[in-house]
Amino acid sequence: MTELPLVIELTILILAAFLGFEVISKVPAMLHTPLMSGANFIHGIVIVGAILVLGRADDTFTKVAGFSALVLATANVVGGWFVTDRMLGMFKRRPEPHRGDDHGDSRGDGR
Amino acid sequence: MISDPDVVALLYLVTIVCFIVALRFLSSPKHARKGNWAGGAGMLVAIATTLLLDGLGNWVLMIVGLAVGTVVGVIGARNVRMTAMPQMVAIFNGVGGGAAALVALAEWHTAIDPARDETVSVVLSALIGSISFAGSAIAFAKLQELLSGRPIVFPSQNIVNALVLLGAVALGVAAIAGVEGEWVLAALIGLALLFGVMFVLPIGGADMPVVISLLNAFTGLAASATGFVLDSTVLIVSGMLVGAAGTLLTLLMAKAMNRSVANVLFGAFGQVQTGVGGPRADDGRTVRATTPEDVAVQLSFARKVIVVPGYGMAVAQAQHDVRQLADVLEGRGVDVKYAIHPVAGRMPGHMNVLLAEANVPYTQLQEMDEINPEFPQTDVALVIGANDVTNPAARSDTGSPIYGMPILDVDKAASIVVLKRSMRPGFAGIDNELYLDPKATMLFGDAKESVLKLIAAVKSA
Repeated sequence: MTELPLVIELTILILAAFLGFEVISKVPAMLHTPLMSGANFIHGIVIVGAILVLGRADDTFTKVAGFSALVLATANVVGGWFVTDRMLGMFKRRPEPHRGDDHGDSRGDGR
Repeated sequence: MISDPDVVALLYLVTIVCFIVALRFLSSPKHARKGNWAGGAGMLVAIATTLLLDGLGNWVLMIVGLAVGTVVGVIGARNVRMTAMPQMVAIFNGVGGGAAALVALAEWHTAIDPARDETVSVVLSALIGSISFAGSAIAFAKLQELLSGRPIVFPSQNIVNALVLLGAVALGVAAIAGVEGEWVLAALIGLALLFGVMFVLPIGGADMPVVISLLNAFTGLAASATGFVLDSTVLIVSGMLVGAAGTLLTLLMAKAMNRSVANVLFGAFGQVQTGVGGPRADDGRTVRATTPEDVAVQLSFARKVIVVPGYGMAVAQAQHDVRQLADVLEGRGVDVKYAIHPVAGRMPGHMNVLLAEANVPYTQLQEMDEINPEFPQTDVALVIGANDVTNPAARSDTGSPIYGMPILDVDKAASIVVLKRSMRPGFAGIDNELYLDPKATMLFGDAKESVLKLIAAVKSA
């Protein structure tokens, strides 16, 4: 990837920190769990690093490290996204009329 | 193949924008899901761009790795119960941290003559990533109850922990100063893993919201450090966004307990776990037990009921039944709301997700500041598996460990019904004054069973 001067990278880092604080301080407490899992998904971006390391690996050590990193990061990305989507799908403004009115005694699945 | 560096940089910029949009859309449950789709699209762009870069190989391993990770991720995400969400988040924190540490290790191994500033990033990435990985593993074990949720302490723990961390940092400094060899980073990772384990061990279950948020921040920062190693702005920015989210949540959670982050992390030491017996009855006040039938009458003829859920509801998986009880009551014209304390449960927003799963509309879920003024006009406050967040001692008793913690003003309701497994005190190990309140009655038993009995009793009331 293009080499950037360290100062530029640090500038980007600091700006991202402020931007992050601004954006995330607007997330209501109700959505804090989806925020965490959404953040989980986003840090799955290390998958980019894992792909680069594995793709350029020559020796066994690097291949093992890169492959492990790739498996972990992929699980992180895919799992993080699906969990967040599943959770956000549950937040509804009003209850659905057809669901859940009949599960009192029959529901023994411990869900 | 993409070989123009500007095109690559622009594609990664698309990813960054998508992630920011995803977080921005989380400001309302109406758009949040769309935001997540935007984030997903951004991630796909980043992955595709990276795969199309020149000079990559090992395609068999690459495809196998992606496939295995995808299968594991999908199965995990589809099957996890909403009550187990804190564990799931802990796993993902750990997995991301582990991946960052591995990338750092591989870079250290490969680079023949790493530049000084790159070594700093490698060290940071390995250090923070490893702490996050091991710490999350312990947090998971505690949440999954593979380990005791109580603080695990031994003498001079803080000093031992500090020495372990110092050792890891010293190795990092050595690496930056030019000491070569694989052993340096390997030893650093070893010590960092040990520190991760030891720093989460003494932290108790109810403090998990703070710890999980903090580990979330760590993993983000580790990803950001990896970005410096690889000169990748998309990693730097995305990692920092997560770092900011985790930090903000950590501070919010600590504030909701009126404790400093340092106190949560290192406070288990020397804390006397007192009062494991019953409540003090020496002033003549006693706890009154009640029956489902009595509570059902109280609830049925109330105008307004506020449900106060806590970790006990999650443990008993009672959220669906609680909603059904609310439905039955609403059918009788009772106004039902839910009061959500910021640190109820084991992670930020835990109760909201459980009740959303049970199909409770989010407009009925009220945050502490919104709902507290309503308790004086409430006929029945129904406390389901919540304890310390309702303890009036936090307001009045300066000697109490939770003194100063903002609480739900449950004691201001006309009457209080507490669903509780037994008289054991909550996490803080202190008695709850609320149970001695003359307006309070206790319905003992598993939260799910008690709620089911209440539903039956209300229906026949």
